[in-house]
Amino acid sequence: MVDQKWYSRTLLTDALRASIRKFDPRLLIANPVMFVVEVGFVYTFILAVSAAISGSGKATFIGQISAILLITVFFATFSEAIAEGRGKAQAESLKKTKKEITARKVVGDEIVEVDGHSLVKGDVVRVTAGDMIPNDGEVIKGRGAVDESAITGESAPVIRESGGDFSSVTGGTTLLSDELTIRITANPGESFLDKMIALVEGASRQKTPNEIALTMVLAGLTWIFLLVIVTLNALASYEGVFVDATTLIALLVCLIPTTIGGLLSAIGIAGMDRVTQFNVIAKSGKAVEASGDINTLILDKTGTITIGNRLAEEFIPFGDKTGADVTKAAFLSSVRDETPEGRSIVRLASKLVPDLAEPEVRDVIDFSADTKMSGVDLADGSEIRKGAFDVMSAYMNYVPKGFKEIVDEISRKGATPLVVSVDREPIGVIHLKDTVKPGMRDRLHELKSMGIKTVMVTGDNRLTAATIATEAGVDDYVPESKPEDKIDIVSREQTDGKLVAMTGDGTNDAPALAQADVGLAMNSGTQAAKEAANMVDLDSDPSKLIPVVSIGKQLLMTRGAITTFSIVNDVAKYFAIIPAVFAVAIPQVNRLNIMALSSPSSAILSAVIFNALIIPALIPLAMRGVKYKPSDASTILLRNIAIYGVGGLIVPFIGIKAIDIIITSLHLV
Amino acid sequence: MVQVDFAGIVQAIIIIVVVLALTRPVGGYVVAVYFKERSRFDTLFGPFERALFRILGVNPTENMSVKRYILNLLLLNGLMAVVVLVILLNQASLPLNPNGAPNMAIDQAFNTATSFITNTNWQSYAGETQLSYLSQMVCITFLMFTSAATGLAAGAAFIRGFASRDKRPGFRQISGMGNFYFDFVRSLTRVLIPLALIVSLILVAQGVPQTLNGPLTYKTAEGASDTLYRGPVASLESIKHLGTNGGGYYAQNSAFPYENPTPVTNVVEIVAMLVLPISLIYAFGVLVGNTREAWVLIGALIVIFVVMLSIGLAAETSNQALSNLAVNQSAGNMQGKEVRFGVSGSMIFTVTTTSTGTGSVNSMLDSYTALGGLVPLSLLMLNSPFAGEGSGLLSILIYVILAVFIAGLMVGRAPQYLGRKIESKEVKLTLLAFLVHPILILGGTAAGVVFAAGAMGNPGFHGFTEMLYAYATAAANNGSAFAGLHADTPFLNYTLGITMLLGRYVTFPLMLLVSNSFMQKKITPYDVGTFRTDKWLFGLILIGVIVILGALTFFPVLVLGPLGEALL
Repeated sequence: MVDQKWYSRTLLTDALRASIRKFDPRLLIANPVMFVVEVGFVYTFILAVSAAISGSGKATFIGQISAILLITVFFATFSEAIAEGRGKAQAESLKKTKKEITARKVVGDEIVEVDGHSLVKGDVVRVTAGDMIPNDGEVIKGRGAVDESAITGESAPVIRESGGDFSSVTGGTTLLSDELTIRITANPGESFLDKMIALVEGASRQKTPNEIALTMVLAGLTWIFLLVIVTLNALASYEGVFVDATTLIALLVCLIPTTIGGLLSAIGIAGMDRVTQFNVIAKSGKAVEASGDINTLILDKTGTITIGNRLAEEFIPFGDKTGADVTKAAFLSSVRDETPEGRSIVRLASKLVPDLAEPEVRDVIDFSADTKMSGVDLADGSEIRKGAFDVMSAYMNYVPKGFKEIVDEISRKGATPLVVSVDREPIGVIHLKDTVKPGMRDRLHELKSMGIKTVMVTGDNRLTAATIATEAGVDDYVPESKPEDKIDIVSREQTDGKLVAMTGDGTNDAPALAQADVGLAMNSGTQAAKEAANMVDLDSDPSKLIPVVSIGKQLLMTRGAITTFSIVNDVAKYFAIIPAVFAVAIPQVNRLNIMALSSPSSAILSAVIFNALIIPALIPLAMRGVKYKPSDASTILLRNIAIYGVGGLIVPFIGIKAIDIIITSLHLV
Repeated sequence: MVQVDFAGIVQAIIIIVVVLALTRPVGGYVVAVYFKERSRFDTLFGPFERALFRILGVNPTENMSVKRYILNLLLLNGLMAVVVLVILLNQASLPLNPNGAPNMAIDQAFNTATSFITNTNWQSYAGETQLSYLSQMVCITFLMFTSAATGLAAGAAFIRGFASRDKRPGFRQISGMGNFYFDFVRSLTRVLIPLALIVSLILVAQGVPQTLNGPLTYKTAEGASDTLYRGPVASLESIKHLGTNGGGYYAQNSAFPYENPTPVTNVVEIVAMLVLPISLIYAFGVLVGNTREAWVLIGALIVIFVVMLSIGLAAETSNQALSNLAVNQSAGNMQGKEVRFGVSGSMIFTVTTTSTGTGSVNSMLDSYTALGGLVPLSLLMLNSPFAGEGSGLLSILIYVILAVFIAGLMVGRAPQYLGRKIESKEVKLTLLAFLVHPILILGGTAAGVVFAAGAMGNPGFHGFTEMLYAYATAAANNGSAFAGLHADTPFLNYTLGITMLLGRYVTFPLMLLVSNSFMQKKITPYDVGTFRTDKWLFGLILIGVIVILGALTFFPVLVLGPLGEALL
């Protein structure tokens, strides 16, 4: 599911077939502009046939117009089919993972082999290395490496274990090592995979609010031009002018916004698709659209702004203690600590003092939310502990003078201090360093230039938070906050009228994810978080929120640009068709033929051909989206007006003239 | 050959400068009238207004829902229309009919009633002989005030939907559309009557008659006897322009020396037409909390005004057809124009009267060159961009919302205006309001040339233009006449009457609903990613949208009329 070209052979042939089906007027009526073109085609087709039967010389011309109208509709349905086809291709690859699976269900003390699709919510299954996980679930026992490449495309396996935020597993992924006991959390057909397939297939695609409004504008313009056409003959009758039906239909089709009408749904689908290519599944087009509107981004410090795993940087002895003392104490406190922080402490200690011996451990004290410290009790009875300064100062026998200053100094650097003690006596401090992700500063700066405010949320104390905030360049930060606080931050921003986006993975993030206008859940996160969010990042990279915002903006911009282009195109088309329409009856009108088109029929044909060809010419733009460099609104507006507004005014003059030269030299008229 | 018309340029500059200088004080006054808690004029107008509210039995502080506001507006207008209709149909037997005017035919009475109730002032009758004094007073002058007051009320209500929600000292708390009777009565007592008084005095000082004495008979130099018709001309003249009404005291309207005697009165009348529409836009800016929003709109309108004026002046000063004759043409095309105004004084008046909803004339448009006639017609097709008092704001906002929706997407955000998202509901209502105008003009003209072809005074393009102009002026509630059209036929009386009614009473409710819908919306604060409507770039976009949407809609029909004639 990584980057793919917007076209391929099979994609084109499938799209060809699908685009023919879309000619069904019952489907096409959802697109009023194209519906009018189709009606125009049917009408001119009947005229052409009757002209041919009666042997009229006009049959060729009417037939030509009719054919071009048919092609115009085809280009529109084709562009939509191509956009959908890309989604289907991705859905196919997902479906392959839905093969027959035999699951080993735990019933009482026994294990029964059952069909994987018969499992329902609440069933417990056991999965061993090499097995495919039968359905979405939660690990209740064990720890193992899971290959999630079927969903994420990422080949590196991820660790899933019971308890905590890494307990959720997805059906269709494969366990690579160890054994897991999993409680199933989804009924058949309702799994994450099933929902994703439906989404990318476009089966559940609905028009987004902005798309509906824009369709209305296009319908309104269509009504205006219908009115112009319908009244034209009555008006012209006063001067004895009569315009034939084919010319009127040609004029109508040229004037109604066929370009944007033909590409509108393709733009929307392609926008969602671009999000998918970033390995983010948007649950609705509305979510993608909303991300373009975001005013405030709430970002977790850990994992989003900083690398996430804080790594031991140095050990600082205190008082009469030596570096070796603190290194040893730090090592002992972490030998059984499997967190990334703990392992980094062991790694650093082993590097500093190479021959540290594995101690005889009597008891392991895991970190818990209550005690906020961890460590070991050794066989010789000594208690080794490490933890945050405030809990440790209560735990230790005494807090020596000057100790707090060392701790604060580390906090000020944006790092995390961990106090180490042996038998409740302070030994020193472990300096855990938190580093801002490379490139994060630039990305946050980009966001600022787009007018998006960034708020960093962290459980760290104020000093640490302030330092990281300055280093990364976020606008605001909320220190010492718990995941539960996020919903308050979201609500506060929303009361100010802002649209808020955030990321989250834990169950306690779920309410905030649901409250936010754009909630991006990590695939590695809990089921609750994924349910609450309106987007899921398969790579579990929270900084993905930033490109998602860009894609949303690009989607809206593409719509606006092609709409503007489509409308200003009409100026040139008028200069081509109006002289042609009235050329015979009102000869002086030919002075408006500023393009010097060779004949009335060549002028009309050229305009209609240009009108049709511009649709496929812009398909790549609709698929890719307009070029977008993060900047303030005025700069972007000026640029887009210059390209699509002024360009849209000039291009058709050149295009229509060129087509006129070609069809005249080929004697097509 | 185009001659540079210095007199025209100087006059235009003076007018624009005066209007812009008046915008802030008059606009500030308008703000105080409708939106401030108290003003220093309360002691002056308060007692009278309170008495009026007691008689009417309304509570002026009661807030109306948008539906009630619209309903009351329509009811009061409907009631007045019925009264006027009854008077016109029976004026022969009613008092105050010394000139013995006969009862009006029902089609003409319908046309006249709708014309004045809608602030159009299209006249298919000749006032001197066909109206009794009672009809002149109740049906014409009274409605000139009330129709303008209705427009101002609608404008004030419309502004409330977009107003900033910050509590500002001195301002009334806005929690709905307001109260129609409050707005309506205050428009009369505090805006129209006092301003009309001021303008009247200026006009009287310039020699416009203001008397209740009868006509004056005098002996000419040849010894023959002649009659000078006079009367309370200045008082009518002032509200005619301030209220963007346009119906004259004399048949020749503002071309007649007693209505518009000097170049100075010409300028005063032009300024009077522009000052209220522009002040209301300024008031809009004050209420939304950013006057630059208003200045961008005013700036865009002035650009359109100046461009149209330039085209008109160029067309009228360089008449190809006449330049080959052995006649001194240095004054330009003077046919149908008053010598005291010249080409420039006439063209500025014409452009003003058609870019506002006034419709008074000081020269005969039928005698303009084809291109010169195209200018006022185009302005009507753009729905008189400055339009009337309140209605101007409503119609310019149609274009603003469409411009924001289309161009706003290009900054990569869902379109929003003044922090409020434009969604399908607002788009739908705005488009309906937008569609009304071309439907009325194109549909009406098509019906007109098919069913009433005999009414045109000229054949070919020029005759076509006369008919097209009639429906355009009715749809825009402007009322200026191209002349040449024999407008008093049942067909034209009825269809133009319906056109005027729909042009006003469909647009008003739709735009008030739009405003109400914006009132319900969340407001997003501005940041650097916001599409700004208070910058010059938006002014240019707005002009582009106005011109392109207008041109696209009306280009073919213009080819059949003035454009076809100009290309000859």
